Amino acid sequence: MTQLPAKTERKLGLVIDLDTCVGCHACVISCKGWNTENYGAPLSDQDPSGANPRGTFLNRVHSYECQPDDGPAQLIHFPKSCLHCDDAPCVTVCPTGASYKRVEDGIVLVNESDCIGCGLCAWSCPYGARELDAAEGVMKKCTLCIDRIYNENLPQEDRVPACVRTCPAGARHFGDFADPESNVSRLVAERGGMDLMPEMGTAPVNKYLPPRPKDRIEDKAATLETVAEEPTGFFAWLDRALDRLPGGPTGNRTQKETETL
Amino acid sequence: MGYQQPVVNTSPEVSDEVRKTTCYMCACRCGINVHMKGGKVAYIEGNRDHPVNKGVLCAKGSSGIMQHNAPSRLRAPMRRVGPRGSGEFEEISWDEALEVAVAWLKPLREQAPEKLAFFTGRDQSQSFTGFWALQFGTPNYAAHGGFCSVNMAAGGIYTMGGSFWEFGQPDWDHTKLLMLFGVAEDHDSNPIKMGLGKIKARGARVIGVNPIRTGYNAVADDWVGITPGTDGLFILSLVHELLKAGRVDLDYLARFTNAPCLVNAAEGAEKGLLLRDDDGKPLVIDRATGRPAPFDRPGVRPDLGATLDRDGATHRTVFQLMVEKYLSPDYAPEAVADRCGVPAARIRAIAAELARVAFDEAFEIEREWTDFRGEKHARMIGRPVSFHAMRGISAHANGFQTCRALHTLQIVLGTVEVPGGFRFKPPYPKPVSAHPKPHAGVTPGQPLDGPHLGYVTGPDDLLLREDGSAARIDKAYTWENPMSAHGLMHMLISNAHAGDPYRIDTLFLYMANMSWNSSMNTRGVIDMLTDTDESGEYVIPRIIYSDAYSSEMVAYADLILPDTTYLERHDCISLLDRPICEADAAADSIRWPVVDPDRDVRPFQSVMIDLGARLGLPAFVNEDGSPKWKDYADYIVNHERKPGIGPLIGFRGKNGDKVGRGEPNPDQLDRYIENGGFFEAHIPPHAAYYKPWNAAYQDWAVALGLYDSPQPYIFDLYSEPLRRFQLAAEGHGDRQPPDHLRQRILDTMDPLATWYEPDQTGNEGYTITALTQRPMAMYHSWGSQNAWLRQLHGRNPLYVSSKIMREAGLKDGDWARVTSPHGSIIVPVMEMAALNDNTVWTWNAIGKRKGAWALTPDAPEATKGFLLNHIINELLPRRGDGLRWANSDPITGQAAWFDLKVRIEKAANPEERTECDPAFPPIKSPVGTGPKELRWKVGR
Repeated sequence: MTQLPAKTERKLGLVIDLDTCVGCHACVISCKGWNTENYGAPLSDQDPSGANPRGTFLNRVHSYECQPDDGPAQLIHFPKSCLHCDDAPCVTVCPTGASYKRVEDGIVLVNESDCIGCGLCAWSCPYGARELDAAEGVMKKCTLCIDRIYNENLPQEDRVPACVRTCPAGARHFGDFADPESNVSRLVAERGGMDLMPEMGTAPVNKYLPPRPKDRIEDKAATLETVAEEPTGFFAWLDRALDRLPGGPTGNRTQKETETL
Repeated sequence: MGYQQPVVNTSPEVSDEVRKTTCYMCACRCGINVHMKGGKVAYIEGNRDHPVNKGVLCAKGSSGIMQHNAPSRLRAPMRRVGPRGSGEFEEISWDEALEVAVAWLKPLREQAPEKLAFFTGRDQSQSFTGFWALQFGTPNYAAHGGFCSVNMAAGGIYTMGGSFWEFGQPDWDHTKLLMLFGVAEDHDSNPIKMGLGKIKARGARVIGVNPIRTGYNAVADDWVGITPGTDGLFILSLVHELLKAGRVDLDYLARFTNAPCLVNAAEGAEKGLLLRDDDGKPLVIDRATGRPAPFDRPGVRPDLGATLDRDGATHRTVFQLMVEKYLSPDYAPEAVADRCGVPAARIRAIAAELARVAFDEAFEIEREWTDFRGEKHARMIGRPVSFHAMRGISAHANGFQTCRALHTLQIVLGTVEVPGGFRFKPPYPKPVSAHPKPHAGVTPGQPLDGPHLGYVTGPDDLLLREDGSAARIDKAYTWENPMSAHGLMHMLISNAHAGDPYRIDTLFLYMANMSWNSSMNTRGVIDMLTDTDESGEYVIPRIIYSDAYSSEMVAYADLILPDTTYLERHDCISLLDRPICEADAAADSIRWPVVDPDRDVRPFQSVMIDLGARLGLPAFVNEDGSPKWKDYADYIVNHERKPGIGPLIGFRGKNGDKVGRGEPNPDQLDRYIENGGFFEAHIPPHAAYYKPWNAAYQDWAVALGLYDSPQPYIFDLYSEPLRRFQLAAEGHGDRQPPDHLRQRILDTMDPLATWYEPDQTGNEGYTITALTQRPMAMYHSWGSQNAWLRQLHGRNPLYVSSKIMREAGLKDGDWARVTSPHGSIIVPVMEMAALNDNTVWTWNAIGKRKGAWALTPDAPEATKGFLLNHIINELLPRRGDGLRWANSDPITGQAAWFDLKVRIEKAANPEERTECDPAFPPIKSPVGTGPKELRWKVGR
């Protein structure tokens, strides 16, 4: 059994905006690309050209249909990766100490050289956020791109997780939840950011912004006032309206003409 | 003991080098940073400086490393040795391949150039491929626009000199209400996502109109689950409501559109055309004088409501005709609600909301500008409503008029080219008059008499032979589809096989999967490609195909010219073609070989340059007959379309300091590479809006070389070219349509945007519309079955509305038989609630043929994936008149994919079923299948 730190200096994590995520999977593949080439073992793919292609991903997007009590059904795109929980059961369950939560920033990592691939951590994670790599036999999970966010070989603006950098809709935000003035803390405050499955007692760091209310236009829109039901009435209105345009009124606007111009 | 944790290297080397080029995983053309390790591609991310994507990158782009290294890449030129469709090939040398091609093509050029049909599935080097075809002399050239979205292009060009798509974009920085029609995904895929994110971040709202609530429609604040094919009716009902309430921008309509122009009411051959002065300028009544005046005279104040009595006829304005048409009770919300599947209250609410935001939330930008009449405006008035639309509204046989209806809506709101509205991207705005007309004048041994594709303005511009038959193999620009500005690629093989209008000899295709997902009636097309005549020869005698991958089409070609991947080639994304401009800048970009090919493949365009020289095409050889260009890179730099105008606008001139116009610069490509692979020329702020009428924009466009003189114009709410075809159908003029088409021309080619129901011949008993979408992770993506993307979308159930599921007694995972008037398929189904009640849909082009794309024959794409193409015919059902009626828009010829009507029932013997029907036999793969496992790490 592995200990969690009593407190972390910072709480780095993600805010994911479910009102904005269009479900394009950019974050999924960008993550796959960066983390195949970087931290730890590559994210392998089994049977990549065959009947049952299955690979290791640290981040996946699921789509759910929801039927509200009134109004049409909705489709919610739900990206999911490790939430870097404060009370991470995946850490405390680890028999070798391979899974740990970093004291300086709260990132939950797997030290692959100590991982025996027993899978207990994946079993204990209520979010299904960990995947055992079939080729390497080690547990893989979101590192919050620990090899990007402090990387002095990257320009400052690129020191964010790959998924955040690539998200076309800007639905993913990275920051420090321990700082109430950070971008992520402010978003959570303004938009009612939520924990995922708080009843599990994991105290997740990542937060989700809920979708805004939808399909309310009939309640909200004003009514158009009718100026005319038919062309004749409309043209009378038009005469008056044109008189109010820049340049002012005009006299007789039916031009009779017999000569050739 | 304190808390112990391992030490992690948080600053590893990212790469040895970053090479900046342009993505080609779809048509969005984002800038990418290709991180190299040891000379190999290690990681691909978006380029932050790039005007298109500003650093972001979608799933396709991020999987480029898998595409670049895909096991499905072709390896060497090949010659067919077995029967067509067998996949039996032998590898040959490039010299041999090119000699074979020359031996086939040279006699055609000398005797009958039209017997070569050269069509490209991808149209991103169209200015080059079109130039090649023109030099060859065949009229039979087009790209895939005809089966993609020509209605969107042509509907926009004919109405307002530009369209959505890559012609323009919402004013993302100012818009407060965005309305999307028929958008699953778009060429502008990352910019739309970025824009949606931007407007949502500031609380602006989105209305999505789409039978299917996925993607952008899933995040829309309001969803209108419209009945497919009725968008035009819904839109005109919104116009009806706005007119009825007087909530239209009269000042804008009077100044910037032909709404105040007088329409000839006198009986005769000019009836319904605009009255013009002696200089040919449309006439308006000037409110200042009450007298007729040319529309563009300085100081004129065009009157929307005036009439002119002349020679016994009362001529009225376009606006008066619009009011009479659109105020008709036929367009009232109650009248259209059932048909559109949208409650009347919701139509009224949307109209009210559009009006409220456009007029009550209008704002001003303190920026002076001068219009084409010389009038100075102290500020720019913003109307923060914008629209965007894509294939959902255009891929119907009424799509052209539906696109026109949508433009009519945004024009009456006064939101086009104003702050907060829709903005053109250079080289647009560009009116019909600034486009070429189509050409098909063939002289053996000589180039064609002009560019293939263009914009007709009346019957005189049709491409007909002396006997009245079509000059082009696809029958573009004929009475059947007069305004077919992108050709009709979906009719190419069908017509060639039928010998209608004539037989061809060689079909030359580039990146066009015509034996699979790019054709309607896939099995029929396969049969046409393999059909033989009485002498045992193939009916389509020769097929040359170029592709980078082992697509389904490879097996049906006789000669394969293997292309490189996008990371191994030069390309230019050119203003002569389909550039990457933004509303505030003209921009273009290049691709360059960030790695060399490791196979015996060559870049397609360089092969065409080689072939052009071997054939002695005039523009491809020097006077002594030697090749004019070494390769495509040489062409990109040194080709001049007009003196000083070449494929790229940046770094022109001997010193590389000229923009737009300037002599070729031998260092141009190096300068592009130094600049990140692209070039931008910013539009000055006072020229940035009102572009069609803004003198400063017009001058800027001339200086850049977009046109040679200012081209201001007014929007054509009323389209004279359409009216000219109606006049012919009424019997006026020398060039007359065949009698069987007269009524259809009268009904569909209304000069005011209109709605009509697509031809329902044969649809009795088929009440469900069947649609397709491409998933965002694969949209416009060639070879999307790469190892990573296929784990996202490896199979495609038919998504069925809850209502139809219940009616047909279906549950998730069942097999259902889906039958159209053309045929039937058996496919797996899945219920979807966020879907129009009478609609089913699936992801398009997930289904693959066994043996293609280096997948194993038991891959889910080949067993559970399917195409709706099997039940869509390129022809409408026979009606006993002996004629072949294309399943196309009668105005533009756009393939009417989304007019498909079906019925659904539970399939028999489901327990025995393991695969979709039809199941095709495997084709032999020329590249084998991919590896059993990937552990991809370049920098180990």
